[in-house]
Amino acid sequence: MSATTRFEAALSAFDATLTRTRTADFSARLDEVVDPPAVGSPLPFEGVSLDGTDVVTEPTPAQLRDATTGVTAAAFAIAEYGTLAVRSTAGGDEPVSLYPERHVAVVRESDVLSDADAAFSRLADAFADGPESVVFATGVSGTGDMGEYVEGVHGPREVRVLLLEDR
Amino acid sequence: MTGRSDRAESIRHTMEEDGDAVHDHTATLNRNRYEAMASLDGGDALRRRAREIKEDAIADLPELIDRVEAAVEANGGRVYVADDAADANRYVQQVASARDAETAVKSKSMTTEELELNDALVDAGVDVYETDLGEFVIQVAEESPSHIVGPAMHRSREDIAELFNDYFDPEEPLETADELTRFARDYLGDKIRDADLGVTGANFVLADSGTVVLVTNEGNARKSAVTPDAHVAVAGVEKLLPSVEELQPFVELIARSATGQSIAQYVSMLSPPTDSPTLDFDDPNTPDFGGEGGDREFHLVLVDNGRFEMREDDQLRETLYCIRCGACSNSCANFQHVGGHAFGGETYSGGIASGWEAGVHGLESTEEFNDLCTGCTRCVDACPVEIDVPWINTVVRDRLNRGADPDAFDSLVTGLTPDDEPSGFALDKRVFGNFGTLAKWGSATAPVSNWVADAGPARALLERAVGIDRRRDLPQFARETFADWYADRGSRIDDPDAAVTLYPDVYTNYVRPDRGKAAVRVLEAAGVRVDVSPVSESGRAPLSQGMVSTAEDRAVETRAALEPALDAGCDVVVLEPSDLSIFRREYERLLPEGDAAALADAAYSLVEYLTACDTTPLAGDERVAYHAHCQGRTVGELDASEALLDCLGYDVVTSAEAVECCGMAGSFGYKEAYYELSVEVGETLADWAADHPDRTLVAGGASCLDQLDALVDRTPLHVAELLDPET
Ligand code: SF4
Repeated sequence: MSATTRFEAALSAFDATLTRTRTADFSARLDEVVDPPAVGSPLPFEGVSLDGTDVVTEPTPAQLRDATTGVTAAAFAIAEYGTLAVRSTAGGDEPVSLYPERHVAVVRESDVLSDADAAFSRLADAFADGPESVVFATGVSGTGDMGEYVEGVHGPREVRVLLLEDR
Repeated sequence: MTGRSDRAESIRHTMEEDGDAVHDHTATLNRNRYEAMASLDGGDALRRRAREIKEDAIADLPELIDRVEAAVEANGGRVYVADDAADANRYVQQVASARDAETAVKSKSMTTEELELNDALVDAGVDVYETDLGEFVIQVAEESPSHIVGPAMHRSREDIAELFNDYFDPEEPLETADELTRFARDYLGDKIRDADLGVTGANFVLADSGTVVLVTNEGNARKSAVTPDAHVAVAGVEKLLPSVEELQPFVELIARSATGQSIAQYVSMLSPPTDSPTLDFDDPNTPDFGGEGGDREFHLVLVDNGRFEMREDDQLRETLYCIRCGACSNSCANFQHVGGHAFGGETYSGGIASGWEAGVHGLESTEEFNDLCTGCTRCVDACPVEIDVPWINTVVRDRLNRGADPDAFDSLVTGLTPDDEPSGFALDKRVFGNFGTLAKWGSATAPVSNWVADAGPARALLERAVGIDRRRDLPQFARETFADWYADRGSRIDDPDAAVTLYPDVYTNYVRPDRGKAAVRVLEAAGVRVDVSPVSESGRAPLSQGMVSTAEDRAVETRAALEPALDAGCDVVVLEPSDLSIFRREYERLLPEGDAAALADAAYSLVEYLTACDTTPLAGDERVAYHAHCQGRTVGELDASEALLDCLGYDVVTSAEAVECCGMAGSFGYKEAYYELSVEVGETLADWAADHPDRTLVAGGASCLDQLDALVDRTPLHVAELLDPET
């Protein structure tokens, strides 16, 4: 099974969907997975951008608070667990992926790593260049603290992945 | 220390208040853990690796502290190493007042509970809000955590709804878990956006990069760390790891061990101050994004508070390897039925609490709960860093015993307590700890000893003087011991295929000789010649009472009794799993170096031994319900028994999913203070037995058989009796 197939299977375990797109069709596919109002942080991938979409980059705190969707890049993904690695960037990946109810993560297919071993070796490479800040986000926030399991606590209730097939 | 009946009353109360909710949660988490670990390839190797990393990190601690100081400072933050709670609290107060902080939001942290940091912040005029929903519940309820991972685990949804409706008086009363969660999230969301200070703990701290690792499911730690401009992370010094390279095993183990998830929802690795834009929700229309994140302030407070002394303590040191996953609590039968309000000290709860409490608060704070560890060892398999939690409890118990006051009853039983323990040692512990002597006397004078012991006045005296609950049936001593029976009978095998030495434990010898006789017949049916070694108590009984030096004496005696067999290269068959387990696990600590290995290698349970030889004549086709003895299970008895019985043609179900320990646990179930808890725990086993009404009940050890005898109306068998060709 390819890493992407395994990634998709792992995502489906927590009702997250994976949408494949080529860079050329990015804006159209993005529209399908965004529930407005949406905020976003700049995407570092060649050929795709949030400019010219309805997604607000450099939002104000009020726009962040009121957004339904947050769009960010994921530095990489771990297929085995359905994990998205989101970096803390000046563009706000961390709060944008955290505050809105829906997180839309844009992932390059070449960044879908098979398992934790591959992910940690990637991480070690990144740390070798200097201290990193990154979160492994897997599924949606949840709690059992109110007597039963409930999804959607301080973090998102929904996760959507946009996979860049040609990157 | 409270008296025995006060203790019983307090346990009864906690069991009634917290027991059901705690049992539901812990039993589920425990089942989930089994599944999650089973689905992980190389799980045991990963635990080994995690253990080694922790051993090295604690050994290198001073150097790691230097490295993390340098790294955090290079990143633009500050590190403060606090000697104790007051020192740590003072520092955080200073950070708060330098920023004129009025409010702080916190993510869950046991270390800040240990420091009582919230009180210190309130004293400094800062309002503190716990953002983990479990912590939030107990903050509102003004309670202490009942579990190190799920602090509000003792409260049901109905309880929490009532609490919130009373406290917050919402327009529409809250009812469902969904409504409660949304309410708490919105309430705390406002607090997080307004907060002047974010306080988190840390699950791990990476020295080389100054990285704080936070593992949560709710996302509250992320928000608390990132939303306010200032972040204070408070962590015990033991949380340090060298670098991200060493982090992987822990990320893979912590959630599996804690909740049975393969990975937690959020594993944040933050090397603050991070580049994330600051978010000023008081000025909601000015964009903060895209800047340098330069206004962020970060403090890492590393707390000693007794940990450096623990590091020097050969017995308590491994407590520092603990990653606080709660698996030892979830896998503990006693904990499952009372929770951390009874099975816990000032801050920490569950099996490992004895180590933490003794280290950070002092020995006295373990006094009320240390006995709740029965030494069943089920947590040993559960712990992701292979901590010998029962051993830590034993050592702490030994230290408590040594500090006890002289006991007025001492002279009454001098003859029955031939140990070298200090005279201040509690009488009940000494009687139970010297069970071998008691059993020998009881058997020699049976049946009179049984009549006397069972008589009402004697039971009252036993309860008053020794704390043996009068509701519990006492062991009935046999007039003819197993060893005497065998000496009369001798071997019936002339032309043996193999020869073994049977170790006659005191229970088999004096109380249940029938299982010894059955074992001899079973072994002979398999063509094996049996020798019986001299009777000796293995040391298990004194060890369970925290009488380590007496246990050492018994271990030396037992090793000597088995010496001829070992010298002759003979295998040793052990019928009582608690003895097999002490041979394999604790003798390494109790015997002079090098003496334990030969016995550990030669010792087999009956089942293991039969598996290795030709057992065809023993075939059977009964339907069996098998309960493995807790300590036996930890040394592999469950798998071995299931495999053998299956191979012989029996149809077997086991209690593995439902039950960790029968609750009897040697002397525990006899004790007045714990009788009711023991029965409550035993009911879980009895319920399981009742689910299999048409199966023959088989149990691994003496305690489980006694407990089943008391609670179930079928007669349970030892596996030797099941296989006995004469029945
Ligand atoms: S002692 Fe082991 S099982 Fe218990 S909380 Fe610590 S790490 Fe987890």
